[in-house]
Amino acid sequence: MSAKKNNVLPGFGLALGYTLVYLSVLVLIPLGGLVLKSTSLTFAQFWDIATTERALAAYRVTFGTSALAAVINAFFGLIVAWVLVRYDFFGKRLIDSFVDLPFALPTAVAGITLATLYSTNGWIGKHLEPLGLKVAYTPLGIVVALTFIGLPFVVRTLQPVIEDIEPEVEEAAATLGASRWQTFRRIIFPAIFPALLTGFALSFSRAVGEYGSVIFIAGNMPLISEITPLLIISKLEQYDYVGATALAVVMLGISFVLLLAINGLQWWAANRHNNRNTGGEQ
Amino acid sequence: MSVRRANTEPAWVRYTLLTLAFAFLALFLGVPLAAVFAEALRGGWEAYFGNLVDSESLHAVTLTLIVAAIAVPLNVAFGIAASWAIAKFEFRGKSLLITLIDLPFAVSPVIAGLIFVLMFGAQGYFGPWLFEHDVKIVFAVPGIILATLFVTFPFVAREMIPLMQAQGKDEEEAAVSLGASGLQMFWRVTLPNIKWGLLYGVILANARAMGEFGAVSVVSGHIRGETNTLPLHVEILYNEYNAIGAFASASVLALLALVTLVAKTLVEWRMRAETAMLTAELPPEKTN
Repeated sequence: MSAKKNNVLPGFGLALGYTLVYLSVLVLIPLGGLVLKSTSLTFAQFWDIATTERALAAYRVTFGTSALAAVINAFFGLIVAWVLVRYDFFGKRLIDSFVDLPFALPTAVAGITLATLYSTNGWIGKHLEPLGLKVAYTPLGIVVALTFIGLPFVVRTLQPVIEDIEPEVEEAAATLGASRWQTFRRIIFPAIFPALLTGFALSFSRAVGEYGSVIFIAGNMPLISEITPLLIISKLEQYDYVGATALAVVMLGISFVLLLAINGLQWWAANRHNNRNTGGEQ
Repeated sequence: MSVRRANTEPAWVRYTLLTLAFAFLALFLGVPLAAVFAEALRGGWEAYFGNLVDSESLHAVTLTLIVAAIAVPLNVAFGIAASWAIAKFEFRGKSLLITLIDLPFAVSPVIAGLIFVLMFGAQGYFGPWLFEHDVKIVFAVPGIILATLFVTFPFVAREMIPLMQAQGKDEEEAAVSLGASGLQMFWRVTLPNIKWGLLYGVILANARAMGEFGAVSVVSGHIRGETNTLPLHVEILYNEYNAIGAFASASVLALLALVTLVAKTLVEWRMRAETAMLTAELPPEKTN
C-alpha cells in the first residue's frame, strides 16, 4: 500500500498478488505439506528414522563426497577462472562458454556417460584399473559425478571478482618489493576469498541434493555408496512415505541452512567489495 | 615494461596453470561430451537412427516438448510479475521474497518430486478427493509438469530482477505521465528493455525443463509410452543394457545442451554490447 502512494507505475497489486499466489501454490504449500507430514511422528520416532545406521551412512557418503567434490572444484575452479580472466590464448571465448556445459547437460546424460567412461572397460576406467583404482560403482565415482555437476559454480563466482581486481594494487605491491607469490597470497587471495568460499558453498549445496548424475555411477550399495536422495526414493518405492518424509525434512533443513549461509557469504563479499571500491576512490 | 611484468606470473607458472586448467576441463567436460556421441554411434548410423525413431523414443520426445511448452511460458509470466513487483516498487519483506524465490534451487530434485507425491498421491492430502473425481496428477503428465515448474521456478525471475533494478523506473514513469496505459507502457517501454534478459532466462529454464531427471523421476511412475520424458527414457534403456539406444537419446539431449550453450553465449554478447553502448552514450565528453 505504501508503495502505491509515491509510485505512479501501475500493476503493483496484480504483480505482487500473482507472485505470492504462484509461489504459495507451487513452492510454499507443497513444502509446508512435507513438514506437516513429518509432524505426524513424535520426535523420538522422527529421530529413530533419521538416525538409523543406513541413514547415517547415507549422510556420511552424501556430505563426504560433496565436500571432496567442492574442494576439487574450488582448487581447479580458481585456476580455470584465473586462466580465463588473466591469460590470452586461442579459443578462449569458446572454452569460456563451454564451462557452463554441466548446467546445460541433463543430469541423466552426465550420469550414464560418466558411468560408461569410468567402468573397467571405459575410455578412462581401463587406464585406471591397472593402477588398482576403481572409480565406477564406488564412492570415488560419486565424487567424479559431483565434481562435474559443481564445476561451473566456482568459476562463475570467481570470474567477475578477478576481473575487478585493480592492477594498480598489484603494481604497488611489486614496486614495494613483493614477489609474485607474496602479491598473490597477501593481496589477491584475500580479495577473492569470499567469492571462492561462495563458489565452494554453491557447489557443495548443489552436490548434496544431486541425484540424476550420481545414481548411475555410484553402485548404490547401502552403507557404502548410497546417497541420501536415493535412500529417500527407495523408501518411497516401498510405500514408506513417513520414512521418506523424515529423511527429506532432514535434507531440507540442511539445504535451508546452506542457502542462508550462501546468502550471508554473498552479502559479505558484496560489502567487502563496496568498501574496497569507495576506499580506492578517496 | 617492468610494470606489465609486475601484473603477471613467471612464464613457467603461466604454462603450468594453463596446462592444469586445460587438463581439468578436458577430463571433466571434453571427454564426457565426446563419449556421448561416440557411444551413440558405436553401432553405426543406421542403428543410431533406428533407435531414435522408435515409437517409445518419439513419444518421450513429444512429452518432453509438451512439458517444456507449458512450463516455460508459466515461468515467464511469473518471472515478469515477480521482477516487476520487486524491481519497481518498495515493500516490506522484499528480501525474504527474493530468498523464497531462490528456494527451489536449494532443494534436492528428489524432494521436489516427493512434495507433489505427498500432496496428490494416493496417500497424499488430496489423494482421496482426486481418486473420487477420477483425476490423476501423480504418475501422470500433470505431476511431471508440476515437478518441472518447481525445479525451473527461479530461472526467469532471477535474471530479470537485477536487470529491471538496474534499469530503474524513469522510462516507465515518463510513459505513464505521457498518458500511456499499463499495457502500452509494458509493450513499448518495458519489454524492449528486458527482452534479452528475458530470452536468457527462457533459454536456461527451457534447458532445465527438458533435461530434468530427479524430480520428474519421482512423480512419473515410469510408464512407458505414457509418462516417460526423454531423460527418463535414457534411464530405462540404459538399465535394460541397451547402451546404443540410451546414448542415442542422450545424444539428442546433449545436442540440446550445445544449442543452449550457443544461444546463451550469443545472448550474453548481445547484452554486453548493449550495456557497453549505453555506458558509452552517457558521458558525451568521452565519445567526442
